[in-house]
Amino acid sequence: MSLRTPLARVRHLGSAKDGTGHWWAQRLTALALIPLTIWFVASLVNLAGADHAAMAAWMGNPVSAGLMILLVVATFYHAALGLQVVIEDYVHGEGAKMAALIVVKGLCVVLGLTAVLAVLSLLFA
Amino acid sequence: MVEFALPANSKMSDGKSWPSSGGKRPKTFKIYRWNPDDGQNPKVDTYQLDLDDCGPMVLDALIKIKNEVDATLTFRRSCREGVCGSCAMNIDGTNTLACTKNIGDVEGDIKIYPLPHMPVIKDLVPDLSQAYAQYASIEPWLKTTTPAPERERPQSPEEREKVDGLWECILCFSCTTSCPSYWWNGDRYLGPAVLLQAYRWIADSRDEFTGERLDQLEDPFRLYRCHTIMNCTKTCPKSLNPAKAIAEIKKLMVERKV
Repeated sequence: MSLRTPLARVRHLGSAKDGTGHWWAQRLTALALIPLTIWFVASLVNLAGADHAAMAAWMGNPVSAGLMILLVVATFYHAALGLQVVIEDYVHGEGAKMAALIVVKGLCVVLGLTAVLAVLSLLFA
Repeated sequence: MVEFALPANSKMSDGKSWPSSGGKRPKTFKIYRWNPDDGQNPKVDTYQLDLDDCGPMVLDALIKIKNEVDATLTFRRSCREGVCGSCAMNIDGTNTLACTKNIGDVEGDIKIYPLPHMPVIKDLVPDLSQAYAQYASIEPWLKTTTPAPERERPQSPEEREKVDGLWECILCFSCTTSCPSYWWNGDRYLGPAVLLQAYRWIADSRDEFTGERLDQLEDPFRLYRCHTIMNCTKTCPKSLNPAKAIAEIKKLMVERKV
């Protein structure tokens, strides 16, 4: 039980003076993903039926490798930001929330890094 | 975690069915009842009124029930014309003001519940202490450093227009209590009503504390729990647009950064 006043509870620890960067980055990555995803799908359609050598050659091209890295980074950055919001919305235990945030963000970094390194290995193959 | 099922002491059941008063145009009202003193779960009581013998609004029906059928029915009301915000409640599944909700606009039985997801004091009376404290926390008054002028503080017609659609808010909290984000995180998220009021002072050209106001709002929970769900704008009985006011705050947050 707490006998603090409602105002003291509402003011709590004060404003975090944070959140705008997160919100803005989520919007910007969403916008960036529109052309990047269209490019990616169009490229795959274009390469339908191609053999492994043709795919490797495509990914070894600096332009497609660059766009692919941008796509991967934007996707996992956007996913990390979005999943963070979902966890903050619905997971209320401080311990569980912290653990979920660390796992999800760590997973996004590992998967994103793996994908970027895969593209680089094809680029420099 | 968020709970999607009602706690055991909130599970509802059918309550008393009050005898019909007869008449040519009977209308059934199913009203949420909960008494803090009897130790029982909430119930839904059924009342029947003759619309030929009742005023046009839902509040008229509630007052008639309280006066003539069941004096224990408890609800807030004051102005009976949509300017005080006291009689905000959930009618036919939507938060609105009982005094401006026409009975004829509801097909079938009229279900009346208190504002959702707030602690209930009794029947249709929610505890709004937290919402009022959140309103107080945004310091809803004109703040200046420049000493007060001898006469009025001037404002151009264009500047005055900026608070149109904001000053009309009567703080009934229909929007705030319709917001899922406020249901899940109401202890930290300020909610649409309070954010609209915050923007009312941010948008006021006479106020000199815009930056400090934005500082106080810039928080992952206070402001950014708004996910543009738009229930607030859909339900507002004064046809205001709290979602747009919140979007304007977010725009200013970016504007002062980039």
